[in-house]
Amino acid sequence: MAAEQSLRTPATAAGDTRIHNIGYRSYDGPRLGRAYARRSLYSQSLRGAYGLGRSVKSKVLPMLLFVVMCVPAAIMVAVAVATKAKDLPVDYTEYAIIMQAVISLYVASQAPVAVSRDLRFKTVPLYFSRPIETADYVLAKFAALASALFALTAAPLLVLYLGALLAKLDFTDQTKGFAQGIVSVALLSLLLAGIGLVIAAVTPRRGFGIAAVIAVLTISYGAVSTLQAIADAQGSDGSITWIGLFSPVTLIDGVQTAFLGATSTFPGGVGPDTGEGVVYVLFTLGLIAACYGLLVRRYKKVGL
Amino acid sequence: MIATESLSKRYPRVTALDRLSVDIGPGVTGLVGANGAGKSTLIKILLGLSPATEGRAEVLGLDVADKGAAIRERVGYMPEHDCLPPDVSATEFVVHMARMSGLPPTAARERTADTLRHVGLYEERYRPIGGYSTGMKQRVKLAQALVHDPQLVFLDEPTNGLDPVGRDEMLGLIRRIHTDFGISVLVTSHLLGELERTCDHVVVIDGGKLLRSSSTTDFTQTTTTLAIEVTDTDEHPDGTRAVREALQARGVSAEDGSGLPGAGHILLLTAQGEETYDLVRDVIADLGLGLVRMEQRRHHIAEVFTSSDEQRKEAVGHGS
Repeated sequence: MAAEQSLRTPATAAGDTRIHNIGYRSYDGPRLGRAYARRSLYSQSLRGAYGLGRSVKSKVLPMLLFVVMCVPAAIMVAVAVATKAKDLPVDYTEYAIIMQAVISLYVASQAPVAVSRDLRFKTVPLYFSRPIETADYVLAKFAALASALFALTAAPLLVLYLGALLAKLDFTDQTKGFAQGIVSVALLSLLLAGIGLVIAAVTPRRGFGIAAVIAVLTISYGAVSTLQAIADAQGSDGSITWIGLFSPVTLIDGVQTAFLGATSTFPGGVGPDTGEGVVYVLFTLGLIAACYGLLVRRYKKVGL
Repeated sequence: MIATESLSKRYPRVTALDRLSVDIGPGVTGLVGANGAGKSTLIKILLGLSPATEGRAEVLGLDVADKGAAIRERVGYMPEHDCLPPDVSATEFVVHMARMSGLPPTAARERTADTLRHVGLYEERYRPIGGYSTGMKQRVKLAQALVHDPQLVFLDEPTNGLDPVGRDEMLGLIRRIHTDFGISVLVTSHLLGELERTCDHVVVIDGGKLLRSSSTTDFTQTTTTLAIEVTDTDEHPDGTRAVREALQARGVSAEDGSGLPGAGHILLLTAQGEETYDLVRDVIADLGLGLVRMEQRRHHIAEVFTSSDEQRKEAVGHGS
């Protein structure tokens, strides 16, 4: 029973009277309010994105994808060190583009975990009957998924960077490349987190969410690449750049080509120049903001 | 605790609340109404989650229009529907919800252990919620509403889906929330009968309008209805009618309840007090009939204004 929780108050003046308080204890400690609740939700969601604090089964996929992301980087580093190469086999900025299938899979599997569960099991009203507001909830979830994606995409870059230092490659060059790569994956993480969450927040069904995110990411990239290839074959280099605006990965590719010293992976190696690059950056930031706005609107409706 | 002043909520096609003015003090208050009467809408407005179309409302002395966050910090809410993720344990879930209410990590864990024990969850609290019975789930829902030690809790249909035993336990628990924990309660139900036993005060709303707000003792005095069923004998082939006539002769009017579905030969009469029970017993014994049952009817909301409260019915101008 409840007796083991009993509080023993000090014996009264009479000395032989003891009060065993097994009743309700009220709470008069601190209440830390909105900002704290938002931080708690952020850390809980971030841990959840790697299956921490959830069942063993749900840890498998995110952990596996994390390993799959890092292994090629480790191999490249090993090769570079062993062969005493002058440079790493890939640029820091190129790595995420090469590994985009793995990243997409991660977004598709974890975005629904972040939002669909709360919708499906109708836990959302419990959050909104507490001090946090819609914007706090969206912000915490958005930041958590973006951070999880950043960890996924930045970890292999860190492996490459440490490996490059170990292979005694040029320090300034490598540091600059690494920094550029980090900025690029940070943008990519924000963008993919936004898109993934907007899609996943539409449906309470996790399966639909996963399928829809994969579809949107692969179809947009496939369509854009195909159109770019056609434009390339027809020799209209100008349109290649503008077509690139319409898929998240090519968008980041354009941004990093214009500003982060990356080599464009567009057909023919045509990337946006500085002027076009500004449009790319604005478009990227606009999309991230739009995703946030859409999420807030969505949750205003879900309410209670 | 709660005060509303001509509070209205209109959606494009429905009026959920219509100039509702009530004043609710500390204690356990029942909010009774049929489905769609506006109970849930009222709770949403009181939590500051849905703006009222007109009128104003205060909870714990704070205006819902601009102090929503402050109210929600000091109020607990247990929704009517399922709201629990099946793949986490009750402990993990309630700890998380405690932190969402602003409790520091250590306090959140301590309060969770305490609260789950108080609502009657022991060893099972470490198992995933998916495997719980309905009764256990209701307790977890209640625990998450109490974990931050609010001053007031809103319980939306807490007895929904429970069997009679579970229902009684839940009602007992609700009573304790006030008497032992010192937390005021606003509990909704569509069954007046079960609230009579738990609440100090009952507010009845229908179609978004206030039908009645009074202390429970007032309610039971005016509305206790007895249902009687008797056997027929050779001497009185229609036992029900015989009893009715005999009661009429003694100045107690009884109406035929057989219009109600499945009621068979049932007589309904209003009990004035202890004497009525004795009278009924004597009348039936004199007639030599067998008394099959004599029970207090559980009141459905409709009866409050169809049988016993004629004036109010006219004032409200609303049939059942």
